[in-house]
Amino acid sequence: MARESGLKARAAALAPEPMTVLKQSVLPLVAAFVIPLIFHFGIGPSVGAYPSKVLLDIGINVVLAVSLNLVNGFTGQFSIGHAGFMAVGGYTAGLVTYYGGYRIWGDSLPHGGFLGAGEMLFLVATIAAALSAAAFGYLVGLPSLRLRGDYLALVTLGFGEIVRVMIQQTSDIATDATEIAATSWPSLLWKVGGALGFTGLPFYTSLFWVWLWVSLTVLVASRLKTSTHGRAFLSIREDEIAAEAMGIPTTTIKVRAFVMSAAFAGVAGSLFAHEVGTTLNPGELGFQKSFEVVIMVVLGGMGSVSGCVLAAIVVTVLPELLRSVDEYRMVAYALTLILMMILRPQGLFGLREIWEIWPFKALFRSEAK
Amino acid sequence: MSTMLEISGLHVSYGAIQALHGVDLKVEEGQIVTLIGSNGAGKSTTLRAVSGLLKPVSGTITFHGQRIDGMKAHDIVRLGISQAPEGRGVFANMTVAENLDLGAYVRDDKAGIASDMERSLDLFPRLRERLQQKAGTLSGGEQQMLAIGRALLARPKLLLLDEPSLGLAPQVVATIFQILRDINKSGTTILLVEQNAHMALEVAHRGYVLEVGRVVLSDDAKVLAQSDEVRKHYLGVG
Ligand SMILES: Nc1ncnc2c1ncn2[C@@H]1O[C@H](COP(=O)(O)OP(=O)(O)OP(=O)(O)O)[C@@H](O)[C@H]1O
Ligand SMILES: [Mg+2]
Repeated sequence: MARESGLKARAAALAPEPMTVLKQSVLPLVAAFVIPLIFHFGIGPSVGAYPSKVLLDIGINVVLAVSLNLVNGFTGQFSIGHAGFMAVGGYTAGLVTYYGGYRIWGDSLPHGGFLGAGEMLFLVATIAAALSAAAFGYLVGLPSLRLRGDYLALVTLGFGEIVRVMIQQTSDIATDATEIAATSWPSLLWKVGGALGFTGLPFYTSLFWVWLWVSLTVLVASRLKTSTHGRAFLSIREDEIAAEAMGIPTTTIKVRAFVMSAAFAGVAGSLFAHEVGTTLNPGELGFQKSFEVVIMVVLGGMGSVSGCVLAAIVVTVLPELLRSVDEYRMVAYALTLILMMILRPQGLFGLREIWEIWPFKALFRSEAK
Repeated sequence: MSTMLEISGLHVSYGAIQALHGVDLKVEEGQIVTLIGSNGAGKSTTLRAVSGLLKPVSGTITFHGQRIDGMKAHDIVRLGISQAPEGRGVFANMTVAENLDLGAYVRDDKAGIASDMERSLDLFPRLRERLQQKAGTLSGGEQQMLAIGRALLARPKLLLLDEPSLGLAPQVVATIFQILRDINKSGTTILLVEQNAHMALEVAHRGYVLEVGRVVLSDDAKVLAQSDEVRKHYLGVG
């Protein structure tokens, strides 16, 4: 009897309190919208153009690193083709804003101001980017994730290269409004500029949009990590056989992680495509870019969301500081990676988050519990 | 009493190595059945085939009359067979609580999970004291307790255990076997693989002796414990 009532009390304790609901669900969402506004209207204007551009690059890399971490960190698989999904997303979004813009307004310039019609088209384009990258993620992931771990690395590497070569084969961009209006959508799909890149895209990428997607990506990843569902991801990395024995459909979960990860890479591709000072071309989104994202995840700690955020910041800012020795960047990367593998194979933070590590623990304690 | 699990003519190979050469075995509902045999006899292989981690070459496995050979491991768990795998397989970087939580992965009845969580913690009070400790830092015996407790959270009809006594101090082994009895009394059927034939035959209703991939003896556990063959080879007497 005593146990019965004890159970009831426990069950009641499990039901969330209104304040807890507010704290756990509403507040993070509010933060996800307020943070981008602060970046856009507060930080951006006060730091000036060049630092703002660096903040855009940081944000895009955070989205890339945190999303790749879902696969390489959470589920312990090894994908090295993230730039391929970024390219799929970038070109998809570019098609929507460029040719969509032409069809609507007769040109490919930005239309409307903050949150205006043009930015809404950009939002649609970014969602389309996420969906198409996710679809490619499914096509690539389903067959290779059934096989042993290392096949994924090979297949993703090959995928990235195939995407790059395919894009090189595309034809010139159409620039004439009447011609574009007369061309059917399917034939426009192929007019994305080939090796020269998809130029002339409207510059919609702003601090607001970048940091909105950063907030959403980080929110999804950190939520996932502490949920039962996310724990299933982590259990695969811990011990795949034991996970299967717990009734976790390991292949399905791996594919799911891969598709989610690809979707966010697609978002990053869209942000990259519409940024001032970047060109969406196959060379930019090749193996080197994929490798850079892998380095961020390895540096940050396979499985640590905050670690990946920090690593993305470091990897973006360091080359900016070392512009003079730019040609040695890849050498420096390779050396860093080798050193990390020897000294701290689990990454700076391993699976842990910043607030779980000693010097910061005290700072965060009141919030964490 | 009805038959819960029936294995017949089970052949399993690891590539070119054939590990099982036609195993036949039956587990009646409500019993503890033990599978004993020396190293490499094929005990773990048999369990892995039942839980779907290995696909048999030929032969059938039925659970309550339904064919389960060739089914996916995670679907078999949903039917009511869960296991504490050999080598325990706890998730080392997760806490005890998180490990137990994953044991209930296939269920969504919150209240039932909460009460089974209590039950597992009542069975293994040491786990209750260590709920927030990382499973990798538990002692071997505690990890074994966690593996069993976690398997119970799937609320299995049939519990598969692979050498729960492995590497444990005698008192801990005695505790674990007492707990297995309790688990069985509360209605869970158990298929128990053991090296420790003495303890296994003491708690079990029925026993099977496996030698190089074949069942060579099977009988009532009490009878087996008395047989010359078993006394000589597996109990080290006579
Ligand atoms: N993954 C594998 N690859 C190849 N052969 C294997 C594999 N696993 C087991 N075997 C072989 O299959 C046979 C049966 O192994 P199994 O693990 O079932 O034995 P066991 O009865 O559980 O032994 P133990 O008491 O030592 O755990 C052995 O000869 C073993 O070498
Ligand atoms: Mg074994």
